[in-house]
Amino acid sequence: MSATMSPARASRTESSIGRAVRLGLLRIGYEVRAYFRQGDTVFFTFLFPVVMLTIFSVSFSEASFGQTADGDEITAAWFFLPAMLAAGVLLSGLQNLAIDIAMEKSDGTLKRLAGSPLPVVSYFIGKLGQSFMTGLMQAGVLLALGFTVFQVPLPEQAENWWVFAWVFTLGVLCSAILGIALSAVPRSGKSATAVVIPITLVLQFISGVYLRFSDLPEWLQNVAAVFPLKWMAQGMRSVFLPDELVVLEQNESWDLPGIALVLAIWLVAGLVITSLTFRWIRKDS
Amino acid sequence: MTTPENVVEVRELRKTYGDLTAVDGVSFDIHRGETFALLGPNGAGKSTTIEILEGYRSRSSGAVSVLGVDPQKGGLDWKARIGIVLQSSGESGNVTVAEQLRHFAALYPNPRDVDEVIAAVGLEAKAGSLIRKLSGGQRRRVDVAVGIVGAPELLFLDEPTTGFDPEARRSFWKLIRTLQSEGTSILLTTHYLDEAAQLGDRAGIIAGGRMVDLAPIDEIGGRESRVPLVRWLENGERREQRTDSPASVVTELVARIGGEPESLEVIRPSLEDVYLDLVGHEHASDLSAEALNETEAAR
Repeated sequence: MSATMSPARASRTESSIGRAVRLGLLRIGYEVRAYFRQGDTVFFTFLFPVVMLTIFSVSFSEASFGQTADGDEITAAWFFLPAMLAAGVLLSGLQNLAIDIAMEKSDGTLKRLAGSPLPVVSYFIGKLGQSFMTGLMQAGVLLALGFTVFQVPLPEQAENWWVFAWVFTLGVLCSAILGIALSAVPRSGKSATAVVIPITLVLQFISGVYLRFSDLPEWLQNVAAVFPLKWMAQGMRSVFLPDELVVLEQNESWDLPGIALVLAIWLVAGLVITSLTFRWIRKDS
Repeated sequence: MTTPENVVEVRELRKTYGDLTAVDGVSFDIHRGETFALLGPNGAGKSTTIEILEGYRSRSSGAVSVLGVDPQKGGLDWKARIGIVLQSSGESGNVTVAEQLRHFAALYPNPRDVDEVIAAVGLEAKAGSLIRKLSGGQRRRVDVAVGIVGAPELLFLDEPTTGFDPEARRSFWKLIRTLQSEGTSILLTTHYLDEAAQLGDRAGIIAGGRMVDLAPIDEIGGRESRVPLVRWLENGERREQRTDSPASVVTELVARIGGEPESLEVIRPSLEDVYLDLVGHEHASDLSAEALNETEAAR
């Protein structure tokens, strides 16, 4: 330790919104980099749907999940690809952020940031951006795996990809905001995974990710319909499954407006809860 | 002499948690460019006080001004002017030293040069290492680097050298002297009294939530507590005498005994002795008294 340290003068004049956005974008790069260096996150959040898609595609490779109008067999990989895409959205948003922020609360990261001139908005831009970017990469890996290894036919119409784009984006935002809200629940960073993973696991089982949604009793379908994952999975099925399979949905409809509505309601609810509960630090604890 | 400008002003600060009073009417100032050491045993209210000044905690009553701003209302502009080295850090550390510092530098309007800061804390060789792979002492140096990278006017150092080996502590002192020479005002808490004596201009000693002494470092405890002590063994019995002229006492002693006194010591009380004396008396804690005896016994 030695030498003099001269403050490098670089005066900037920018609006506070401009600064918050600029620092938010900087946070995204920082957060994404840190995400991929956290081994357990990479496995349980990023790779988990990929692993599950592989297992399901291989173990049910003899089973048929229906036929298209042209008489093509719908393979397990084809059937479960949209389900795993939806699961990925939930994990990248909700599971990732709920655990990540609960850890940051208890390990002092948030306290350090609270003492720095980082706008809280930039912090959230960083977290949402991290969920979006890692979720997008995860979807890319799932699609590439499904297409190349398991020969799942991907939709050719632009319309389908547009639905994918908005279901994905709205789904990630909704999951991420709910993840931030849920991060207030665990009492410590250590208990975060124990609190969060059962929630996401149960949701995945009742929302048609691991089990065929049409096989579930109606009452359980109705319970699942309260939560956003069922709607994300339905949206993904509408994109990737042949239209004939719409008969397996509730009310035999893909119900895109319903998907948008439920996700929007959860998004707003998450924003309200977050604004009421999120604190940089637990003051006077 | 004109009154120096104060970067920190604390008046009758109180903080209570239910029935517990953590800080009980503490008042002090920190002048611009000064290093002020806040000393006291664990649980005395040091950390509560410093966290109130940093804006992390609310206060129950009293007035606090940090850089002219009430910390409870300090905005981003205010935060850009202070630097904080928290007492503990357990962050996951999934970024490298250089990434962490570049990132934090970007949050401040006039940051220091990142490479210079890394060099200043002696982590050039570790700049590309993930923070979680560093040793405890090295992580602590990253904390210090993050605290100073924004070129703060006022730096809070809450037990900054815990876990440092003696060499790292010396280098840290050197770094702090550089900051001092650049005009940075510093609030330091530490358990190492030699550190406070090395770096501090003035010190406040806090015990049981109250300020028991507040003075320039070399006047803490008052004049009497700094009076040298002559100690020797005579007929198997320990004898001691406080005196301003130890040489004369020793001369008389040699003449009286007619030879070399056994186990002769002339002790000039250090800040640590004075501190333990103060905290021991005010706190009336057996532990502190024991510590005092141990220190004396060790001499």
